[in-house]
Amino acid sequence: MKLIVAIIQPHKLPDVKQALFDAEVYSMTVSTALGCGHQMGYTETYRGVPQEVNLLNKLKVEIAVNEDFVEPTIDAIIKGARTGNIGDGKIFVLDLPQCIRIRTQERGSKAIG
Amino acid sequence: MMRKILLLSFLALLIAGYTVPFTMPVRHCYAQALAGGAEDVPEIHAQVEAQAEPEVEVATEAEPEPEAPTPTAESNAEAIATKGVALDTVWTLLAAVLVMFMQAGFALLEAGFTRAKNAVNVLMKNLMDFCFGSIFYWMIGFGIMFGAGNLLFGTSGFFLQDTGSTFDSLSWSTVPLECKYFFQLVFCATAATIVSGAMAERTKFIAYIFYSIIISAIIYPVVGHWIWGGGWLAGIGMWDFAGSTVVHSVGGWLALTGAVMLGPRIGKYSADGSPNAIPGHSIPLATLGVFILWFGWFGFNPGSTMGAIPDIAHIAATTNIAAAAAAIGAMLTAWWMFKKPDASMTLNGVIAGLVAITCPCAFVSIGSAILIGLVAGILVVLSVVFFDKVLHIDDPVGAISAHATCGAWGTFSLGLFAQDKFCPGTTGNGLLFGGGWKLLGAQSLGIISVFAWCMITGFLLFYIIKHLVGLRVSREEELRGLDIGEHGMEAYSGFQIFITR
Repeated sequence: MKLIVAIIQPHKLPDVKQALFDAEVYSMTVSTALGCGHQMGYTETYRGVPQEVNLLNKLKVEIAVNEDFVEPTIDAIIKGARTGNIGDGKIFVLDLPQCIRIRTQERGSKAIG
Repeated sequence: MMRKILLLSFLALLIAGYTVPFTMPVRHCYAQALAGGAEDVPEIHAQVEAQAEPEVEVATEAEPEPEAPTPTAESNAEAIATKGVALDTVWTLLAAVLVMFMQAGFALLEAGFTRAKNAVNVLMKNLMDFCFGSIFYWMIGFGIMFGAGNLLFGTSGFFLQDTGSTFDSLSWSTVPLECKYFFQLVFCATAATIVSGAMAERTKFIAYIFYSIIISAIIYPVVGHWIWGGGWLAGIGMWDFAGSTVVHSVGGWLALTGAVMLGPRIGKYSADGSPNAIPGHSIPLATLGVFILWFGWFGFNPGSTMGAIPDIAHIAATTNIAAAAAAIGAMLTAWWMFKKPDASMTLNGVIAGLVAITCPCAFVSIGSAILIGLVAGILVVLSVVFFDKVLHIDDPVGAISAHATCGAWGTFSLGLFAQDKFCPGTTGNGLLFGGGWKLLGAQSLGIISVFAWCMITGFLLFYIIKHLVGLRVSREEELRGLDIGEHGMEAYSGFQIFITR
């Protein structure tokens, strides 16, 4: 079991959701995030005083998958989120030791699907 | 570069305007008020003396004061007339500031119906069209609208220059010229600000400033001249009491041209053409905005008498009841069509009813006003769905449906529901009250000709703007939000906004 954590551009979420749906990945958790990477920030001005904004609005998408779904999920996220510009985001793949479905108390691979 | 040209031409016009007013004659009304005041003083003195010192009667008889005039029927009539003008002015100015406050209503309604990332931009557009409009309507617009000229447009009275008979088209109202200007200005600003909602979330700010100058200076005043300034539509017997066509349809039709020229927002329509919902970020703000608009409309309609006359009571009653009926109509239609009483549609319904009753408010009964409102409420929902799902014209706040569609309906409804008894000798009876087709024909011709004028000038204007400064922001800017792209700041700094579109 793997936990796939993707940081993406906020406005690419509909595309990512569609690509995941097409890859038969239906469960995910999405939260707003602030972050910075290689993408430079931008300057806001408030009442004439400049203000450097380098923590940008991002979305964090977390998806728990079984081994055979890892590559299709990664491909789907790339398909949905990629524009080719700096700031498209990153995908982290983590080992997931355990997973429990609260309703049925199923454990492991059965609980993920 | 374009910003510099805009700034320089604006300054040049301002300087040109600044040199003119010093040649203006002293406003006759101001002089009148001063003269009236001077007459009042000795009268009061005479009364006070008579009451306080009754025993020195002999002395007063021996030395009668030649300058103390005895009140006569004529002097009393004159004094009453002066006070009448003052009362008319107070009412008209009060109504004007109520209408001015509608700018706040439009700002909140449009901000609430759009996304948080574009709120600063929407608010700035609503603020600045009033500011540019105030100046350009004074310089050019008011003269084109009410100045003496031909049947199509006024050719005199720029910078409020009055040579005595310049503004005869407004001579039916006794209030001072500057009061007439200010009252008409806030109507012009209403027409201008309608468009910002339909063009929200994707228009370049500089392009919107260009547009707001042209509508205040030319497009709106020409229509105003046709119907209110002694033009050809008034000549054929078309009536528009407070501006369903003059103000709201003009704004609505221009909103239509703007929305068509811009194209839909990114993500509004899927590849197969099916529409997606892009929910507004604050229904509480939008609701407050609608209440403010409803409140301001009691200046818009009853104030259009430009005088303190008892008729304002009837106008206020028809205005209110039409808005209420329209909200009910819109709510029930939405409930039936979407299975839920949709708040945003109901809010549009209030505006639809107010827009529709604006033309007939003085000429129809309260019962007719309910019908006019109900139909407007139903129409606005159908119109929103029609523009969204059939024509694929993206109007984020429903401005085209509320103002153009229901403005046209309100103007048309006068031809059906008018009753001569409310304002004898004006509209006559409408079709349903035995007046025949004449009024309905004139109203229809008015609707069609104003539609044609707005389509031609609107597409031309936005075409020119598109090639001059560009009409639409870049894709990246639209996705990030116009607040950061156009204004470099956020509406809700410190809040984390869930931006997914």
